[in-house]
Amino acid sequence: MSDAPVIPQPEPQYETAEQQAETATFGMWVFLATEILFFGGMLLAYTWLRTTYPEGVAEAGRHTKIVIGSVNTLVLLTSSLTMAWAVHAAEHGRRKALTRLLVVTALLGLLFLGLKGYEYHKEWTEHLVPGLNFHEDSVHSQTIELFYFLYFLLTGIHGIHVTIGIGLIAVMAVRARHGAFSSRHYTPVEVTGLYWHFVDIVWIFLYPLIYLVGRSGP
Amino acid sequence: MTTATVTGKPDEPVVATRNYLTEEGVTLRSWLLTKDHKRIAILYTLSITFFFFVGGAAATLIRLNLVTPAGIFTPDIYNRLFTLHGIVMVWFFLIPSIPNTMGNFLIPLMIGAKDLAFPRLNLLSWYLYVGAGFLALFAILIGGVDTGWTFYTPFSSLYSNGYVVLALAAVFAIGFSSILTGLNFIVTTHRMRAPGMTWYRLPVFVWSNYATSVIMVLATPVLAITLMLVAVERLLRVGIFDPALGGDPLLFQHLFWFYSHPAVYIMILPGFGVISEIVPCFARKPLFGYKFVVWSSITIAIIGFFVWAHHMFVAGISLYAGLVFSLLSYVIAVPSAIKVFNWTATLHKGWISFDAPMLYALGFIGLFTIGGLTGLFVANLAFDVHVTDTYFVVAHFHYIMVGGMVSAYFGGLHYWWPKVTGRLYPEWWARIAALLIFFGFNLTFFPQFILGYLGMERRYYSYPPEFQAWNIFSSAGASVLAVGYALPFFYLGWSLFRGKRAGSNPWAATGLEWQTSSPPPAHNFDKTPTVTRPPYQYRPEPEPQDV
Repeated sequence: MSDAPVIPQPEPQYETAEQQAETATFGMWVFLATEILFFGGMLLAYTWLRTTYPEGVAEAGRHTKIVIGSVNTLVLLTSSLTMAWAVHAAEHGRRKALTRLLVVTALLGLLFLGLKGYEYHKEWTEHLVPGLNFHEDSVHSQTIELFYFLYFLLTGIHGIHVTIGIGLIAVMAVRARHGAFSSRHYTPVEVTGLYWHFVDIVWIFLYPLIYLVGRSGP
Repeated sequence: MTTATVTGKPDEPVVATRNYLTEEGVTLRSWLLTKDHKRIAILYTLSITFFFFVGGAAATLIRLNLVTPAGIFTPDIYNRLFTLHGIVMVWFFLIPSIPNTMGNFLIPLMIGAKDLAFPRLNLLSWYLYVGAGFLALFAILIGGVDTGWTFYTPFSSLYSNGYVVLALAAVFAIGFSSILTGLNFIVTTHRMRAPGMTWYRLPVFVWSNYATSVIMVLATPVLAITLMLVAVERLLRVGIFDPALGGDPLLFQHLFWFYSHPAVYIMILPGFGVISEIVPCFARKPLFGYKFVVWSSITIAIIGFFVWAHHMFVAGISLYAGLVFSLLSYVIAVPSAIKVFNWTATLHKGWISFDAPMLYALGFIGLFTIGGLTGLFVANLAFDVHVTDTYFVVAHFHYIMVGGMVSAYFGGLHYWWPKVTGRLYPEWWARIAALLIFFGFNLTFFPQFILGYLGMERRYYSYPPEFQAWNIFSSAGASVLAVGYALPFFYLGWSLFRGKRAGSNPWAATGLEWQTSSPPPAHNFDKTPTVTRPPYQYRPEPEPQDV
């Protein structure tokens, strides 16, 4: 236990540190509401594509790299566990544990990105990148191209979110190491955690839509 | 409180010893890096005023072109003009107009807070606005865009020869400005209220901006992603909106209107808020049916998300979808009507004085009612088939957005001018401008209802000669309107230096913003106020408020 009683002064617009903490958390929730709708537009487009061209989407889905996708799901879920654990450690003022768990979370995030990058590389070599090098001999080639268009968009934007998350977590880890948090002040860690869990939940939706649905059919 | 703030007598000139305009320095740097919501509101006011005149200049050229059937511009230039007008007026003026200027300035004051919840985010929102503004201006200067503000595919993604991607990027960026503002307002309203400021003691202006913010936060991201899809489709020639590529243009329209219909309520709800402040003050009566007015704003914000496809009745949606969206569009007229009835009931047996803000408010009620009722016409499937894409629709939404929102904007600008600047504006000139705007507006846009009903298509650079008479009326009205809009620029500018000093509460109005000095100090209140009464506790005769 290295719980230095750190409570910074609230910013001038707030009356108390508690008000500032609650406000920050609530602000993140509202931001996540925005994010849901942001992905919602793309998911509607995906739904349209799948209902309009079911066979083509199924065929495209079978081109996806299910092993990498599944391992990545595991990686990201584990990172959510370590993140939740980190918030718990922060709550109890365990500075060392907090720092380590944040570092592990960030590393898992990086591993996710690395695997994703490898997957993108494989797709590039298989000529599955729409607009740049797409080539597919199939009656459904147009649908497959549209599927991959949405695939790159969805996973790309998700990847940007993961990258931002890793950056935030890294900053938190450095601050935690320097003793910026205590059991009475750990809102930044909590807010970062909220964001990271959201990124994870988005992937939980993307994983079945991208990797699994095509494989259920004939 | 300083002695300056406790004297609330209307006629007593009070010079605030400390105020936000000078307290934190007067250098450019102190303004550009400010976190004070009031200063950011001023920055926003200056920027949107600039864009109001840019959009207005385009409108002037459009009306000039339509004076004769042959016109003066080539079709290509005409397309760029109305696109410029639409994009600038919708995203760079109307959507930020009241929320980002008056909302920014007043919400913390009205709820007794020192600032918004996230001041840095607030400043970032302004920088996003300015960045987006530069992008848009750049796109205009190098040749412009010809898609209309609606960016319909596949024209925008395949055929248009304008700088579509730049314009899309500008709108994408300004969308995030809007999201950040909405987020800030929601969190502020929830978490920053002064002791005793319960939800039902909030001024309706705060409620309206809250409802607006919900729409901004939930609808704008969908626009952002939609425009991004169009940009990618245009750049990479692969996408989901273009039928030649296997895509579906109707999907674009659904996604676009999922934002852009709720955005219509972003462009009117804050106006409702302003009117709900002005009418009780100048009728010296409490707002009639406060809770109904409040909940009708929230209802509009919610139902507003479920009416988008009434823009698509002739686009090829199914008849049953058409029926449902038509019905829902009728339903949303109910909460709007509730507001009009409540304002009217507030006026009933009121002690009415016709100062400039009240003239704008009364103009608003009349013009908004016409805009709203013609909205019912176009919500009707059969009638809509007849008038789709005609000047009837143009007139309808201009009655809401210009007759409604711009009137409310000017009303609010005059009403809170003494609070913002510490100076009174010249009343006589202000009334003249208000009347000019009202008559100029009607002369401009009423003929367009007739033109549309007779079959004149919108967005055409030319028209059959039999429509010329009505078009001349309309263009003549536009010149009156232009004078009306230019006047405040001069007399308000004059009043900044020569206007009479305003006391802290020149209108003897209720509301916390009137209890602090004019202009307010940097942190709004020297001591956080405690609220003990509901809003709008007006008595029949004007009297100085006791503090």
